[in-house]
Amino acid sequence: MNNFQYSRATDVADAIRLLAADPDAKLIAGGTNLIDLMKENVERPSRLIDISRLPLRDIEETADGGLRIGALVPNSDLAYHPLVEQRYPLLAGAILAGASAQLRNMASVGGNLIQRTRCAYFYDTATPCNKREPGSGCSAIDGLNRNHAILGTSASCIATNPSDMSVALAALGALVHIAGPSGQRTIALTDFHRLPEDKPHVDTNLGIGEIIAAVELPKHGFARNYSYLKIRDRLSYAFALVSVAAALELDGNAISEARLALGGVAHKPWRSLEAEAALRGQAATPDHFSRAADLLLHGATARSHNRFKIELARRAIVRTLIQAASATPQSQAHKKIA
Amino acid sequence: MSDVTHEIPERIPVHIVVNGVGHTLDLVPWTTLLDALRDHLALTGTKKGCDHGQCGACTVLIDGRRVNSCLTLAVMKDGAEITTIEGLAKDGTLHPVQQAFIDHDAFQCGYCTPGQICSAAGLLAEGRARDADEIRELMSGNLCRCGAYPNIVAAIQQAMGRP
Repeated sequence: MNNFQYSRATDVADAIRLLAADPDAKLIAGGTNLIDLMKENVERPSRLIDISRLPLRDIEETADGGLRIGALVPNSDLAYHPLVEQRYPLLAGAILAGASAQLRNMASVGGNLIQRTRCAYFYDTATPCNKREPGSGCSAIDGLNRNHAILGTSASCIATNPSDMSVALAALGALVHIAGPSGQRTIALTDFHRLPEDKPHVDTNLGIGEIIAAVELPKHGFARNYSYLKIRDRLSYAFALVSVAAALELDGNAISEARLALGGVAHKPWRSLEAEAALRGQAATPDHFSRAADLLLHGATARSHNRFKIELARRAIVRTLIQAASATPQSQAHKKIA
Repeated sequence: MSDVTHEIPERIPVHIVVNGVGHTLDLVPWTTLLDALRDHLALTGTKKGCDHGQCGACTVLIDGRRVNSCLTLAVMKDGAEITTIEGLAKDGTLHPVQQAFIDHDAFQCGYCTPGQICSAAGLLAEGRARDADEIRELMSGNLCRCGAYPNIVAAIQQAMGRP
């Protein structure tokens, strides 16, 4: 770990000021990703701005029946919050599918959104990586790319976003509240993360000096017909090869509303409005789920080692929709896939 | 030649209560809680395994919650109460998880054991695990390369009062 200066922010404005004053400074809250990256010399901040004591830890109901979640709420506290368990079980399940109990106790909601890819080349400072060192090249495109993206990739980067929480938030239509030098703004979670294009070193649309203040969930939580299915190389505590968040609103066996998001396959949680539109008004049958899967995976491109992901994702989407439609969501503790 | 200067950060006074005893340490900011415990307080029961939050050997309880001390900066925990494996026993009586690990021979080499026991103590306090599958899932942040997992699960079941 490099030497760095340490500042404890006194309030949000102080954090923004400190952050805007030094382009090499980083915010730290839970630290679970940043400290790891600093130990690998991938991140070398000049200063850490400790925001862990700022008053961004509340979970409150909004006037229109949604939920506003402070950026510093630990992942475990969010997953186990009674309102999240009751109204947003898709989110609770996705959070509990990620990391370990210890890490979930430490990691913040805001930090989860800005965690960096686990691409092995990004972590290995001996290899070129456009995300770590812009312009140096991508080692994954012709390298060991079994875990890498199949959607939304570019000639510069095929890294994936590792978050499970973000996949559920994307499906639920969450908003991200941002505070910055020029005030507050709110963007959709689906607009928060970027595709790599020719700037893979820029993960998100956060501006200079901006910090995440809160995440907001809309009223509709899809608490009856939902499932989060995560496929990975071991049964727990591993990043997704493919994960699927599915949420349905059913009128009898007819789908009136559908949400689908994929994790582990792209630089951001992957949604397709076409795939969701194709489900609306249709019967909840495997045939229709299969068609939605094809639409969601439209344009999927494999590299030398990750071709399996396309078929894996297709089958996982269908399976997750079946689980959601039958109100038998995937258990994150009992691993048998029903 | 450019004149490069490196500003060396001051040591920062950090007050932590470890196993009921208060300590004030002067630490450079990049000192992890794990290194503070082992190198500054000589509490070497907490183990450094991977040092990247992947193995769980460094698990301690901060204000009652289990965390990876290797990914925690000590300076950020100023004022916190920390419990390590050395502080679990009370008045000469082992913590129920410690006794259960002995009863079930829930270790082989023992290197992961302090982290396993602290993690299990945290799991009990959380109250979320109800059966063996849930114990396995909620203990997945603690690796045991000897493979003592079946006995670890049995020990935790005993400590939960569900044989």
